[in-house]
Amino acid sequence: MAMTGVLRPGHAQIRVLDLEEAVRHYRDVMGLVETGRDAQGRVYLKCWDERDHNSVILRQADRAGLDFFGFKVLDKATLDKLDADLQAYGLKTERIPAGEMLETGERVRFELPSGHLIELYSEKSTIGNGCGLVNPTAWTPDSERGIAPVRLDHALLYGPNVAEVQKIFTEVLGFYLVERVLNPEGTANLAIWLSCSHKVHDIAFAEYPEPGKLHHCSFLMETWEEVLRAGDIMSHNKVPVDIGPTRHGVTRGCTIYAWDPSGNRFETFMGGYQPYPDYKEPLTWTFDNFGQGLDYPQRKLHETFLTVVS
Amino acid sequence: MPMFKVRIAETGECFPCDSAQSVLEGMVQIGRRGIPTGCRGGACGVCRIEVLSGSFAHKAMSRSQVSEADQRDGRVLACRIFPGSDLELKVLGGMRCSVLQHEAGK
Repeated sequence: MAMTGVLRPGHAQIRVLDLEEAVRHYRDVMGLVETGRDAQGRVYLKCWDERDHNSVILRQADRAGLDFFGFKVLDKATLDKLDADLQAYGLKTERIPAGEMLETGERVRFELPSGHLIELYSEKSTIGNGCGLVNPTAWTPDSERGIAPVRLDHALLYGPNVAEVQKIFTEVLGFYLVERVLNPEGTANLAIWLSCSHKVHDIAFAEYPEPGKLHHCSFLMETWEEVLRAGDIMSHNKVPVDIGPTRHGVTRGCTIYAWDPSGNRFETFMGGYQPYPDYKEPLTWTFDNFGQGLDYPQRKLHETFLTVVS
Repeated sequence: MPMFKVRIAETGECFPCDSAQSVLEGMVQIGRRGIPTGCRGGACGVCRIEVLSGSFAHKAMSRSQVSEADQRDGRVLACRIFPGSDLELKVLGGMRCSVLQHEAGK
């Protein structure tokens, strides 16, 4: 079997300044499906084509940003092995009991040298995508409601010590480096795109002075027309747009970056290509060409990309 | 909708802003400049200003950018304040932290 170990991004817990305003954004504008609320007041949502109960969790707080980003792993044996491997590597791990997050099993949580909290888990309740399992429909009303991305695809996180973060993901968690942007001297990776799958990235990092910052959570659309439609919906709802619609050179993804009502950036994108774990040679973008890496047609290094985070 | 005048102290630039728009929205919508523009949602701190005079309503601002003391003293985020009178303000914000900056500092 090909896919083992870490399978995919599973959940992101996002801090929002006003919960109901955030719910209106993620449920009604983004078109995610609300699947639950817990005793702590957190709101759980999933993208229409995801089978698991939740992928986006909103928590009202006095500051915006990302509480943690979790990956689903193949099974409990994998979870236990990765926990042991992380500890053997020298990282402190914490076990969060099953049920602390609705419909989710035990989570192994650890902190990266970039200041971000990452979680691994093997169990989350399956509620399906609404198409059925026997003679399924190709889509549902939820797939046209709001922006309606098919899944939470990845996150780009900003913080220090990207080289150490890369080692943890590649040497302990089984990810491989797909693309990177070099620093001006060409001596280190300024930004990295890592995959645990057949996707161009499941997580990405960029070197930034403050720890634990969120650049964006990213949601996958199926076509360029759907990305353009997302842009229209953003305009109808006065969602502040950062860049796009355009193409990234890095990953080839066609994208719009915009912000939720609390200032957390999100992405709606399509495209990429299909790398495999045997691709030993990452793609390299030189620093002087970072602009083309970010915005392929404009070849422009938009200032907000480097500086605006939550 | 009551219309007020917003004045940026250092440059003397003035622009109109109605009470239903944030000060930043008011500026951006008519293509004016002067206050740096970031996430427009209260998280990033780029549009940080100090209100020197005037009254305003406000929405929640990320405490990582604006402390309670800041807020009491009128050091707030332009994207989260809505004028209740003419306002005079000073720009504090800007793109302080950057991916590039870290590399330069290494």
